[in-house]
Amino acid sequence: MSNTDLPLILGIESSCDETGVGLVRGCELLSDEVASSVDQHARFGGVVPEVASRAHLEAMTPTVQRALDRAGVKLSDVDAIAVTAGPGLAGALLVGVSAAKAYALALGKPLYGVNHLVGHVAVDQLEHGPLPKPTVALLVSGGHTSLLLVRDLATDVRLLGDTVDDAAGEAYDKVARLLDLPYPGGPPIDRAAREGDPGSIRFPRGKWGDGTYDFSFSGLKTAVARWVEDAERDGRPVPVPDVAAAFQEAVVDVLTRKAVDACREHGVEHMVISGGVAANSRLRALAEERCAAAGIELRVPRPRLCTDNGAMIAALGAEVVAAGLPPSRLDLATDTSLPVNRPLAG
Amino acid sequence: MLLLAFDTASPAVTAAVCEPVGDGVRVRASVSSVDARRHGELLAPGIQEVVERSGAQMADLTHIAVGIGPGPYTGLRVGLATAHALAEALGIACHGVATLDAIAFASGRTTPFVAASDARRKEVFWARYDDALTRVGDIAVDRPADVDTGGLPVIGHGAHLYADVFGQDAAQAEPLYPDAAALGELAVRRLVEGRELPEPLPLYLRRPDAQEPGAPKKVRQWQA
Ligand SMILES: [Zn+2]
Repeated sequence: MSNTDLPLILGIESSCDETGVGLVRGCELLSDEVASSVDQHARFGGVVPEVASRAHLEAMTPTVQRALDRAGVKLSDVDAIAVTAGPGLAGALLVGVSAAKAYALALGKPLYGVNHLVGHVAVDQLEHGPLPKPTVALLVSGGHTSLLLVRDLATDVRLLGDTVDDAAGEAYDKVARLLDLPYPGGPPIDRAAREGDPGSIRFPRGKWGDGTYDFSFSGLKTAVARWVEDAERDGRPVPVPDVAAAFQEAVVDVLTRKAVDACREHGVEHMVISGGVAANSRLRALAEERCAAAGIELRVPRPRLCTDNGAMIAALGAEVVAAGLPPSRLDLATDTSLPVNRPLAG
Repeated sequence: MLLLAFDTASPAVTAAVCEPVGDGVRVRASVSSVDARRHGELLAPGIQEVVERSGAQMADLTHIAVGIGPGPYTGLRVGLATAHALAEALGIACHGVATLDAIAFASGRTTPFVAASDARRKEVFWARYDDALTRVGDIAVDRPADVDTGGLPVIGHGAHLYADVFGQDAAQAEPLYPDAAALGELAVRRLVEGRELPEPLPLYLRRPDAQEPGAPKKVRQWQA
């Protein structure tokens, strides 16, 4: 069967600060266009919902047009529309869902409201082909830190653990501020850490060995703040590379350990790491090392696919269509806390 | 011309299909409901319903007119995002109508008045009109007590909410909310007259609330 026999899925993502539009057939990525409002949030040190929502409205139809042009297809070629129904920011989600409903209505094509978190896992299929079943997925970004057991992308996703406070990426942003590094904090901390000694300071590992797959980064962030304040009070220079490296080590140590433990407990031989923090070099390196030692095959999509985008929503849409699930109704509601065990919102 | 009109910039979600007939405008179908928290759920089914009831297909539509507010932003964007995507997918023209102008038009008034809608945070969006078709100046956002009504009657949900400030005439505040039938009729009239309608872009009238962070909070009291 040639790829053109598979339905053409338009994916729309607007859950946070990226307006993403992707076009996908099965596991084939045709285009992936993103308009980001990240620069507008930088001076606030975090995403401002109203700023993000305004940017989504401005960017939505132009981004759809760019994605169509890039893929060399017309709107009328689209077979189904997938859109992030949640979780995410209420006002931001509503822009994407409203646009997606309008496209579905105008084109007379089915609408699928899908789960952003599961989209982060599905996107790997666009780079590495069909996801082995089952797979353990570690999602790490500014908004989420979740460990999932994925038996089927469209129908069987279980939450194993989640952060009980800050998301990992949020901790990066806050620690970056403490160290006078720019927002978002992931890339500058990663760069600084390469020059530092991760063993020079021992920061706490939240929920280490507590027998759950949950995470906590609030205590770690506070410990870093204390350490920096103490150094300043004593008039010692703050060794930014060492603090960055030690902080980063504490984060990725817990993340990779719990992910590998989850594979062992559930007899799973495949792991996917996705989300914005998956681009972190130390996370990739330590995960590769520990997965290799445990006989686990690790897949990490390229950084462009790890951050929020429309292709991941189209990729999940393609799975949901292939599974024969019923389309969403036009009165589909957004759900800011859509649970991960619902890949299709309804 | 077959025009689809809708507005989500107030607690009402309203849609209509209109067309010019002779010197006037016929409203083929319209639907309205008031539910400030379900704009995103109600609008698309409402559009589907009025198009079906008007005996048309989506592809028969030639124009869209959408309320551009001002109004609570989350609801307002539901209408605009829908309008932009529908217009692009159908390849048809899309125009804006100030929501307050649609309320003023529906009042049918022939003498001067003020129209006011709820801007939340104890403020109203308001403008002065010479008559139902003629706005005087720009739409503003102010606290009710700061609105210079010039002693004119005040209509709209803002008048209803702040009847204590706007006085006796607030009892005749109808219509409280925009109705897409009136919005569509106004848009058809203007288009037939060859007049320009606003771009389908939101009238926010306020900057987003956002505070730049100060220095990181200290986690420990410094010893003096
Ligand atoms: Zn995400």
